[in-house]
Amino acid sequence: MQFTTQVERNSRPDSRGYYGEFGGRFVSETLITPLLELEEAFCKAMGSSRFRTDLGRLLGTYAGRPTPLFHAVRFSAKAGSRVYLKREDLLHTGAHKINNTLGQALLAKFMGKGKVIAETGAGQHGVATAAAAALLGLECRIFMGEEDMRRQAPNVFRMKLMGAEITPVTSGTATLKDAMSEAMRHWATYIEDTFYVIGSVAGPHPYPCMVAKFQEVIGRETRAQILDAEGRLPSKVIACVGGGSNAAGIFRGFLDDAGVELVGVEAGGLGIDTDKHGATLCAGAPGVFHGSRSFVLQDEDGQVKEAHSISAGLDYPGVGPEHSFFKSTGRVRYLPINDDEALDAFEVLCRTEGIIPALESSHALACALKEARQTARDAICIVNLSGRGDKDMPIIEKVM
Amino acid sequence: MERILRTYKQLKQSNETGFIPFSVAGFPDCGRSLKVFHKLVEAGGDILEFGYPFSDPVADGPVIQKAAAQAIRNGITMDRALDMIGEIRAVSNIPIIFFSYFNPIHRYGRQRFVDRAKDCGIDGVLIVDLPLEEAPWLKPMTDRAGLAWIFLATPTTPQERITAMSRQGSGFLYYVSVTGVTGSRTKLPEDLTSKCSAIRDLIALPLAVGFGVSGAEQASQLGPHVDSVVVGSAIVSRVQRGDTLDELGAWLAGIKGALRNGRTG
Repeated sequence: MQFTTQVERNSRPDSRGYYGEFGGRFVSETLITPLLELEEAFCKAMGSSRFRTDLGRLLGTYAGRPTPLFHAVRFSAKAGSRVYLKREDLLHTGAHKINNTLGQALLAKFMGKGKVIAETGAGQHGVATAAAAALLGLECRIFMGEEDMRRQAPNVFRMKLMGAEITPVTSGTATLKDAMSEAMRHWATYIEDTFYVIGSVAGPHPYPCMVAKFQEVIGRETRAQILDAEGRLPSKVIACVGGGSNAAGIFRGFLDDAGVELVGVEAGGLGIDTDKHGATLCAGAPGVFHGSRSFVLQDEDGQVKEAHSISAGLDYPGVGPEHSFFKSTGRVRYLPINDDEALDAFEVLCRTEGIIPALESSHALACALKEARQTARDAICIVNLSGRGDKDMPIIEKVM
Repeated sequence: MERILRTYKQLKQSNETGFIPFSVAGFPDCGRSLKVFHKLVEAGGDILEFGYPFSDPVADGPVIQKAAAQAIRNGITMDRALDMIGEIRAVSNIPIIFFSYFNPIHRYGRQRFVDRAKDCGIDGVLIVDLPLEEAPWLKPMTDRAGLAWIFLATPTTPQERITAMSRQGSGFLYYVSVTGVTGSRTKLPEDLTSKCSAIRDLIALPLAVGFGVSGAEQASQLGPHVDSVVVGSAIVSRVQRGDTLDELGAWLAGIKGALRNGRTG
């Protein structure tokens, strides 16, 4: 295999959707034409000042951007460095997901598609898609594993309230990966009038770069905010990685700043030496899954394994190809944080700052605490607080 | 590859439409799946489509999804599947097409797969998630080994791509009759026969049509317009519901008969 084009500025794929040797478009022929159409429409939209103005207005007046960058003083005392939190948890629907769903739903509208579909695991992307669809007057169908529907009942209800139809997925393990497979099958069947809103920087080209583009607002804001607050760049930026969209978003603000260390935190579950984790980059191997070549949790025969994490949003056996690329170049360091470490960090943030973080984001917080001792006291560490923890109350109640 | 060419030549000489049955390795269990494949050959299959299961078959409908999941639970592995093909090859000269997704091959090792495929008697491969753009991951190796590379074309595929597939592919071109996933349909699209004729005008390769063909009646409708017909989910669901091999054989013979008669009649 030859890779013809160099990756531009570390954050854009080549014309075939490759970041180095990761990415691509591994789909059945049925999806090729719609993916090419989507790529063309996306490029056109990004070049259209009307599209950008519309999206900017929605992000500002509907979603609640810009989000604050908050100096968490009491949490910093525990972490031993100056910790700032990028407050994506304050966005409408409770997480960074809305940045992307507004972008894609608006694009669906530009393309004249009247229906959107999406997959969801914990329900956050489903809720954010349902909200964007209601806002823009699009029909919305969400695919969700039957197992996840039981675990995340309040989010199912939220989506229904906003007019979305939920399709339970019973195939495979009845979780996020199967919901995504089922959404791809549905899309292949109803490509004429349907737009598939993928929730992470995964899937076939152009999804990984499109979703990262819609999320890069996080990094852009964060960089300007920290320079404003401290007059210097952080030494470290930490984000959790499931599929990797919030991490891709915040990292993009700092890719060219060689002095800024970027850290991606994966779900260590019960430990990556067990088979109950979601640490795809740390413990998986390169493979082809859900339309792109990237790291995959798989067995010796190339069958995809089930992931495990206390946080449903990190419970995915794949990861965005851009992250596999960052791992291969060493630009981002990836490490696992186990369920219990994430829970400890969750509790610390609740007590020190009066902020209830999502369990996903708690993994990133745990990393900040864990590495405290290796960090100079005046070093600045930014954690992407990608979501709020309201959705996790039933799980927290059970384990605490 | 020669076996595929020879088969289409013979079919043409006898004015028959080819029958391409499909089943999944390791389904309903590892032992019985070999018997099913033998039956597909014995009951009139002209080319055998040998499905190797993948955990996340996004191009497949519920019937093949279930069969694949069951096969994986049964412990089918690439080595066992290739051995199984060797056993079919030992008793038959039928062309065998290995049908799967890319990840199991990627994991097994691409060259290792191609070498073993050649040794055990595979004639061609069809990898659903390696479209034209991604075929370079495997096709140069299968080309060197003399294995046919079968592309899938669909109702959304524009003419230029079909021409490119005809130029770059070999063996035959597989046309998927419907958008969406595999599985029997009660009705095939109304414009299917005209579409098939249009595609045949574009390509030099023989044309196989599949996705949605549920039995003898549809096979006979389709037969005159194509070079061969693929039947997959309908076979798998008969095995799933517990048909005996004899029952399966009789039903398959009906399809084969319809394809033969449809051509001459």
